[in-house]
Amino acid sequence: MIFVFQVGELVRRKGSVGEKRMAVKYVWEGAIPLQIHLHKSEVASHPPPPPALVLAPRIGYLPLLVHLIKPYFKDSLPPGEDSIWFDYKGLPLKWYIPTGVLFDLLCAEPERPWNLTIHFRGYPSNVLIPCEGEDSVKWNFVNSLKEAAYIINGNCKNVMNMSQSDQEDLWTSVMNGDLDTYTRLSPKIKMGNIEDEFSRKASVSSPQSRQGGTEIDVAGQVKTARVPVRLYVRSVSKDFENLEDVPEMDTWDEISYLNRPVQFLRKEGKCFTLRDAIESLLPEYIRDRAQRSGEEGEQRTTDASDVSQETRGELKLVRIQGIEMKLEIPFSWVVNNLMNPEFYLHISVLVKEPQR
Amino acid sequence: MDSAGEVVNDGKITLEGFTVAARAFADKWKRHNLSFPPWSWIPLINRTMLKKEEGYLSLEKIIILSSLEGSAEEESLDVTADWSEKEESIDHTVLVQNEEDEAHYYDYHIVYSASYMVPMLYFRGYSSDGKPLSLDVIKRDLPSSSVSLLLESKWTFITQEEHPYLNRPWFKLHPCGTEEWIKLLSESSSSDGCQIPVELYLVSWFSVVGQVVGLKIPREMLI
Repeated sequence: MIFVFQVGELVRRKGSVGEKRMAVKYVWEGAIPLQIHLHKSEVASHPPPPPALVLAPRIGYLPLLVHLIKPYFKDSLPPGEDSIWFDYKGLPLKWYIPTGVLFDLLCAEPERPWNLTIHFRGYPSNVLIPCEGEDSVKWNFVNSLKEAAYIINGNCKNVMNMSQSDQEDLWTSVMNGDLDTYTRLSPKIKMGNIEDEFSRKASVSSPQSRQGGTEIDVAGQVKTARVPVRLYVRSVSKDFENLEDVPEMDTWDEISYLNRPVQFLRKEGKCFTLRDAIESLLPEYIRDRAQRSGEEGEQRTTDASDVSQETRGELKLVRIQGIEMKLEIPFSWVVNNLMNPEFYLHISVLVKEPQR
Repeated sequence: MDSAGEVVNDGKITLEGFTVAARAFADKWKRHNLSFPPWSWIPLINRTMLKKEEGYLSLEKIIILSSLEGSAEEESLDVTADWSEKEESIDHTVLVQNEEDEAHYYDYHIVYSASYMVPMLYFRGYSSDGKPLSLDVIKRDLPSSSVSLLLESKWTFITQEEHPYLNRPWFKLHPCGTEEWIKLLSESSSSDGCQIPVELYLVSWFSVVGQVVGLKIPREMLI
């Protein structure tokens, strides 16, 4: 079921290992109820079949649900071979984006259940890369895992050196939403963690501190590290009161997709927040902080009067795993608890364009 | 970026370095590779970082024509069209003669990968009616040396992936190992084993990668 919880509360309780497992468990159990309609051009039976109701794991992918959906429609399909794809209000859905991310991005106002259309014919190969079912999704997953490994460790060796059976088991655990197996297997992936005093008890001798693209300072604490992030930016030109007023998306060209690592910086006494991370990727949407650069330790003013909101772009909404994020949350906590199984943090952002 | 602020480090290049290298590459190409149209720099307007411009290099509508006599000649270059008037004219360069009876058009984009910190080559082929060419057909247009390289190498392979900015399926040459052979190139080309200067980074990179897709660069560009 869809979950909503107060992220702030979880962070305030001093991060212990038990609390972390709870957040990750919520992420793995998160799901979107889908109502899937067969496209009317493919209905070859009378009366037309009712929609299929499926609970889709947030960390999963739409093609993996086909075996649950197809039984509803197989008697209605016209003859021929299947080439399956989904659309939301006419927009073909990119099958390699996790289902939860698609939902957070495309439904400004969350739609429950989420109404999607399934097609078994007419694959739009001019816009969507081909999908041959589970194999394609698995290939995409492993590829993303390698890319994340390269970003975190500076090389892909950890993934390349995994045995075939470990890779299979890892993929199966993701497909089945089996967090216990995944947790048991993840030390074999040898992926570094980012740690600071805000994520959990920082351990100087932790075997999991990052190698490769990491600088360690005198105390042995991680100073800089690269974090795999996929940022999906949807921009609107006009401001809006309610999320239901956000216009629908017609094409993927309306989304700016940034597949770019965040440089995690740890400065003594300062917390690297989610705001800092987003600012490094989208500097034009974060308030001008030049005035405050010389004011160490002072409260951040949230007074908007000295910033011209008309000309500057504005971050309206930041969603991760369906949660509307407060930007002051420590980025290390966000990454360690809300990342997807391939070690990428997917962030959906809604912005109001700056007026240039 | 590392603490020394180097734009080229260990065979890899920063985003800022890529922008500089791209401009230098396009300039040299224009000066020394007159039988080809020039590369264009396509800026990414949505993504402008403060004071930095991001973008990619584009070379489009390169034709591979069918052969009347049957044998493929890799070096035959037939300069046609005037690409200074870009708007309506079809800019094309005959590269190689293929075996089939139709013209194949190719577009090439050099895109920066922030994850791997190296450039990546994306390309696609299509026939004159705009229909995309499959990888099997494309492989037949590649030099035969490339095809065996692609089959044998675990480092060099082509996959179909979504173009990072254009929301369309393109083909990509995989970047795995790029920084290793770039390092080898810089070690062998300079006496003191120094890094490749940023202006030559893409030239060096392309001298290897371009060959896989049948695009050769004149030696003058490497100076």
